[in-house]
Amino acid sequence: MPHGYNPPSSAKSVGRRFNPLPGFHRTLGFTIFYLSIIVLLPIAVLVLRAAEVPPKKLLEAAFNPQAIAAYEFSIWSSLAAAAVNLVFGSLMAWVIVRYRFPGRRLLDGLIDFPFALPTAVAGLTLANLFSEHGWLGRYLTPLGIHGAYSQLGVIIALTFVGLPFSVRTLQPVLEHFDPLVEEAAASLGAGRLRTFVSVIAPTLMPTMLTGFGLAFARALGEYGSIVFISGNLPDTQIAPMLIVVRLDEYDYAGAMAVALALMVLSFALLYLLNRLQEWSAKFQQS
Amino acid sequence: MRRFASLILFALASLAASAAEFNLLNVSYDPTREFYVDVNEAFTKMWKAKTGNEVTIQQSHAGSAKQARAVIDGLQADVVTLALAYDIDALHDKAGLLPADWQKRLPDNSAPYTSTIIFLVKHGNPKGIKDWDDLVRPGVGVVVPNPKTSGGARWAYLAAYGAALKKNHGDTNAATKYITQFYRNVPVLDVGARGSTTTFAQRGIGDVLVGWENEALLVQREIGQGQFDVVYPSISIVAEPPVAVVDKYVDAHGTRAIAEGYLHFLYTPEAQEIAAAHFQRPRLAAALEKHRDTFPKIETFTIDELFGGWRNAQKIHFDDGGIFDQISGKRR
Repeated sequence: MPHGYNPPSSAKSVGRRFNPLPGFHRTLGFTIFYLSIIVLLPIAVLVLRAAEVPPKKLLEAAFNPQAIAAYEFSIWSSLAAAAVNLVFGSLMAWVIVRYRFPGRRLLDGLIDFPFALPTAVAGLTLANLFSEHGWLGRYLTPLGIHGAYSQLGVIIALTFVGLPFSVRTLQPVLEHFDPLVEEAAASLGAGRLRTFVSVIAPTLMPTMLTGFGLAFARALGEYGSIVFISGNLPDTQIAPMLIVVRLDEYDYAGAMAVALALMVLSFALLYLLNRLQEWSAKFQQS
Repeated sequence: MRRFASLILFALASLAASAAEFNLLNVSYDPTREFYVDVNEAFTKMWKAKTGNEVTIQQSHAGSAKQARAVIDGLQADVVTLALAYDIDALHDKAGLLPADWQKRLPDNSAPYTSTIIFLVKHGNPKGIKDWDDLVRPGVGVVVPNPKTSGGARWAYLAAYGAALKKNHGDTNAATKYITQFYRNVPVLDVGARGSTTTFAQRGIGDVLVGWENEALLVQREIGQGQFDVVYPSISIVAEPPVAVVDKYVDAHGTRAIAEGYLHFLYTPEAQEIAAAHFQRPRLAAALEKHRDTFPKIETFTIDELFGGWRNAQKIHFDDGGIFDQISGKRR
């Protein structure tokens, strides 16, 4: 035993005992390194470059009427799209996990399609489909439904790109959700509605909220598909588009300000969703 | 980050190219892709015959302001050939890549060809669109790109505004009123000129496309196959897409002689013919006269005449809070 050796403190030895797997420090080191390079570094650059601009100018650029209109438009459209996906995505997950039917695997595979398709292609295709002479648009436009170059068009595109998030988040949880639980509820006299409201929904709610949050965050930053379908009119301008506009005006500070505001906003909303999820998880336990 | 990324890209590009003799990067705007493919082929041949040197020219195309920004951030362009002078001014203002008087270094404001803003309508012109006044009639759908993101769209805006100014004897209130009504008739503002062409020609949105003459002629003659007619308004703007050598980068690469030779080549009869074939108006009077049936004479005004140059026009009309922002606020 070398000189000056101190027996490990109890806290440390407890930590050791709980980590029977070797390589904890090394893997943690890699994790932090990777996260720093891929995620933290770009965010730091964004914040640092924004810090070069006088705060007053930054605030003005981040909260001028045009920017606020763009945030509102982006947030409402993203929320609407995430809400649609919450309902229909959950339904799809349920159908795929619970039932066996021909074509199930195909359906399962198709859900990932929006992940793989370049979003620009998605935007173009949707614009073609819903514009006034498109396959669907020619029937919808006379009814006053404008599925392209309008907020509805933006919501449709955002629903498309967000769908896999809500389905894929819920699916594994549903797979481990034992139908016996429902049977138990039924055998204890609960009706179908009661089973759903008091047994199924509370169990799945936290996961559904996670899916909602992911779809929402994805939608908030989406650019590629939206430029083709929004029409980029002043009243259908998404926040990421405003960043591009600012850059084209050589207004780096303005672009940075909008980017930063968008980042803070989506962090705040994701944090809120996380809290909501924790709360509903607690609710489920009690 | 962007600068870093472009540096890496450039390092890779130069690594890959180190085997070739000479390399030139031409950073250009959107609708010149096909034009420069032909120019590059002719120039490479000419340069080889004249100097014995092989030269490989690479092209990069995107929106004019985006391209200028990429060069400012470190994309090592030897020459820039952009949609409007303001974007090349930015190379001086933001990064000092070339001198302030760059536009005086070549003839004709450094614009080897010109274009103008005209109308493209459906065949037979069902809405009877003849001139600028017809574009603000109720029920006429006007397709133009967004002036915030497209150089061509800024020329189109200035053409419309300038025509209204001329008609109202310089009354800016009347012109602003006109341009407000103009954009009220716009159902889609695409990001770039090509996007608007697609929206109008392929998706069938709107009644008239207002844009580059070269783009309109291209659609009418080569894509549309008799589905579209070109309409020349009574007056329009002289659009001058300028070219420049990027001093800082050619000096670093030792490519100044080739870069300057390349830009001078654009003024030769051979290149002027190529321009005409791609529906850009040649600068050489002889070449322009030869193609008079393609490029009819129309009354024009210049940006210097009516708007006091690009810097002024940009500040008053297109910058944040400018007239375009004010009138588009009124859409709601």
